[in-house]
Amino acid sequence: MHGETSSLLELYVFILAGFVGFFTITRVPALLHTPLMSATNAISAISLVGSLVLAGADRGMLPTILGFVAVTSATINVVGGFIITDRMLKMFKRADKRPPPAQGAAGGGAK
Amino acid sequence: MTPRTIFIEAAYILASILFILGLRSLTIPDKARRGMQLAALGMLVAIIGTVVNHEIVRYEWILAGLALGTLIGYPLGVYVPMTAMPQRIAISHMFGAVAATLVGVAEFYALRQGADVTRPQMAALGFEVLFGALTITGSFMAFGKLQELLPSKPVTFPGQNLVSIAMFATAVGLFVWLLVDPANPVAFYAMVALALVFGISLVLPIGGADMPVVISLLNSYAGLASSATGFAIGNNVLIIAGALDGASGFILSIIMSKAMNRSFANVLFGAFGAAPKSSAKTSEGLTVRAITPEDAAIQLGFARQVIVVPGYGMAVAQAQHQVRELASLIEKNGGSVLYAIHPVAGRMPGHMNVLLAEADVPYDKLKEMEEINDEFKNADVALVIGANDVVNPAARSDKGSPIYGMPILNVDQAKQVIVLKRSMNPGFAGIENELFYAQNTAMLFGDAKASLAKLVHEVKQG
Repeated sequence: MHGETSSLLELYVFILAGFVGFFTITRVPALLHTPLMSATNAISAISLVGSLVLAGADRGMLPTILGFVAVTSATINVVGGFIITDRMLKMFKRADKRPPPAQGAAGGGAK
Repeated sequence: MTPRTIFIEAAYILASILFILGLRSLTIPDKARRGMQLAALGMLVAIIGTVVNHEIVRYEWILAGLALGTLIGYPLGVYVPMTAMPQRIAISHMFGAVAATLVGVAEFYALRQGADVTRPQMAALGFEVLFGALTITGSFMAFGKLQELLPSKPVTFPGQNLVSIAMFATAVGLFVWLLVDPANPVAFYAMVALALVFGISLVLPIGGADMPVVISLLNSYAGLASSATGFAIGNNVLIIAGALDGASGFILSIIMSKAMNRSFANVLFGAFGAAPKSSAKTSEGLTVRAITPEDAAIQLGFARQVIVVPGYGMAVAQAQHQVRELASLIEKNGGSVLYAIHPVAGRMPGHMNVLLAEADVPYDKLKEMEEINDEFKNADVALVIGANDVVNPAARSDKGSPIYGMPILNVDQAKQVIVLKRSMNPGFAGIENELFYAQNTAMLFGDAKASLAKLVHEVKQG
């Protein structure tokens, strides 16, 4: 099932995905570079998929334990990564979409 | 194809599409949040697609891992403050790399210690554990430095680069050996161990201000490790997601290196902070002009156009809310306030933007360097808060300066410059900053947060 043809196909997938990533991400503004990093980090926690199979395939004690640790690590990134990305993106608002500032409005007066 | 494999593959294709759409949404700030929620949905789809896999026969370890991971991941998502984002991201690179590396090691072990491993599979496993292992320790070191558990100054010893390179070369040598003869557990585990040690020695000599490059690079490695996992277990969604992550980290490292006018090699092996002071300029015979909060407040009160230049000092003092409060007052007085964000301000890409957005600064006022550099000459006041090297005019004029050639913010062109600074200690690079001695510059000494609070108070009085 895992012959040389499939390895070659996988290389195609990798290279094409790399191009998609390159052309998409070069257009992300510097404004969102921190959320970008936490987002790609959460997405690459898809290695959870491999960890799940490892933890559940019953291939012996050691692989199962390694699988368990891998599932835990990847889940931390999935859960924490998507939450924190959302938390950051929620904060970015345009001037016209922002509620009037609560701070600073109370005190002081016009010159 | 059985219906089950069709279902699994369909789930993976859908997940891949949603991931790409999610990243694409980040190009438009107003659509980013919704797009990333779609990407999270994609993750859920991929997980559901996986758990019906016929290879999975028992679920107790899976459920335990998912539960424990959620228990740790949830607070890491909800409670970590925005100021701590660089170390938060660094540690998450470690978790990602742990998952990839352990899958690789277990795969090798389960295939009769390499005896059943084909060469293409060995190539994938090799990349997986090499990138994975060095990212585990490298990210942990970066986390330690950013969290200040370790000294953030570069740690160097004679011959360090030689030792690092020798270790890396040996690890690559073992990898080549394994490609010839995969059934060689000693070589495999030695390679993993070497990569782990190499990760430590890679980050140890790197100082705080170079962290944006290092975090981006580790981001890229973590992605490549995930991608290699995909090759090793024959799973395309892993290959795609890992490639996206790898590309992202790679692009960010290039942007960060360019913003410092340095090459990767120079960042990784240069140990910048330890370099002897070779700046041609010294502070001898020059004096700085200190200013009181009262006088600074008067200048700000009359200013029509103010540009705020935040740096790492603002993050350390957690002064973003006071910045916002001061800006509100200036705006109420009829002035306009913009923010000039240097690409490497802070400890990770985009760090300043997140902090100011947290303090409710609208994102259309956060300007990138190219966008705002021509505006400084029209600015009445440039307010520099805890930034140093990114505003040092020596980068433009002084060929002897270590930062010569680095693109900087043209703060010195503003009519008045007020620099908020703790003391006259030079910045990270240990270089004197001419800006502080310029005619139009006034220094407001003290903790950034306290100084800003005083300014807010005074401007209110005025």
